Amino acid sequence: MNAPQSIGADTWSVAGRTFTSRLIVGTGKYKSFEENAAAVEASGAQIVTVAIRRVNIADPSQPMLTDFIDPKKVTYLPNTAGCFTADEAIRTLRLAREAGGWNLVKLEVLGEAKTLYPDMRETLKATEVLVKEGFEPMVYCVDDPIAAKQLEEAGAVAIMPLGAPIGSGLGIQNRVTIRLIVEGAGVPVLVDAGVGTASDAAVAMELGCDGVLMNTAIAEAKDPVTMARAMKLAIEAGRLAYLAGRMGMRRYADPSSPLSGLI
Amino acid sequence: MAETAEKQTISVRVNGEQRTVESECSIAAMLRAIGLDALKIAVERNLEIVPRSTFEEVKVRDGDAFEIVHFVGGG
Repeated sequence: MNAPQSIGADTWSVAGRTFTSRLIVGTGKYKSFEENAAAVEASGAQIVTVAIRRVNIADPSQPMLTDFIDPKKVTYLPNTAGCFTADEAIRTLRLAREAGGWNLVKLEVLGEAKTLYPDMRETLKATEVLVKEGFEPMVYCVDDPIAAKQLEEAGAVAIMPLGAPIGSGLGIQNRVTIRLIVEGAGVPVLVDAGVGTASDAAVAMELGCDGVLMNTAIAEAKDPVTMARAMKLAIEAGRLAYLAGRMGMRRYADPSSPLSGLI
Repeated sequence: MAETAEKQTISVRVNGEQRTVESECSIAAMLRAIGLDALKIAVERNLEIVPRSTFEEVKVRDGDAFEIVHFVGGG
C-alpha cells in the first residue's frame, strides 16, 4: 500500500475550485474587524462565510468587512442566514451574486428560530431554483443521508450537514449519519455547525468529511486567534488520521510489548 | 405637466427609508449622493436586481423601492 504521496498535495475541490485548507470560518460575532481578520489568518482558511445585509445609508462611511478581509485573497461564501423560506434565500443570493460577482454560495433555509434546524422542504426547493439560475450552492442540511442524496441530485455542489444546532458548540451528535452521508456522497461533505472545540473538528475529519465550517467555536472562544490556530491543527490532525487509517477497536487489552523473553 | 428648467425631485424608498432624489438621476448618481461605493454593494429595485454595469444608464423613477446591500460578518 502506498502512503499519501505528500500531505502538501492533499487538496479538495468544490465546483471546480481547489483549496488546500479544509477549514471554512464564519465572520460573525467577533468583537472587532481586526480580531476577525487575525482569526481568519490564524485559521489558514481560504474560504469565509459572509452575510448579506442592508448598508447603513445614514452612515455610509462605516468600515466594511471587505476593508479588513480582502475578497481577492480569501473566497467569500455568501450565506442566507436568517432566511426562513426558499424565496427569501433565493432573493438574498441573487443580491449576493451581484455584490460579489460569483456563483459559489452557501444556502441555508431555516425552519425555526429556537433550533435553527434547516427546513429541508424549502431547502430542496431553493436548491433546484438556484441551480437552474446558474448558482453553485453548498447546502446546509440535516444529518440525514437521504436528504443529502436528494440535495446532490438537485445539484448541490457540497453537502453540509449540521453536527449539532448552529452556535450550540455541542460537537458531532451523530457520527453514524455523518459517516453515512460521507459514504453516499459524490460531492464534498463538510460538517457545518455544532463544533465547540478542536476535538470536535478532528472527529468530523476522522469520519472522512472533506472539511468543516465553523464560526461561534472560534468567535466565542476566550482567545479567538489561538482557537483559530487550534482548529487549523485539529482539522489537519483529523484529516491525517483519516488518511492514515485508524486501528481497529478491541473490547480488551492487547499488550504493546512482546510477551516472549519475559524474565 | 409643464416642462421646466428647474430640477425637480422625486420620492423613492431606500432600505425602507423615504428619500428624495433629483428626477432623471441615474442609480449611479443616487449612490454617489448617498456616499456609497458602487463596487462594494448590490442594488435591487422593486424586487429586481439592477446589474452594476447599468448603474450609469438606469434612471431612478418616482416611487421606486430600492434595497442596497453589502457583505457583513456572518456564519
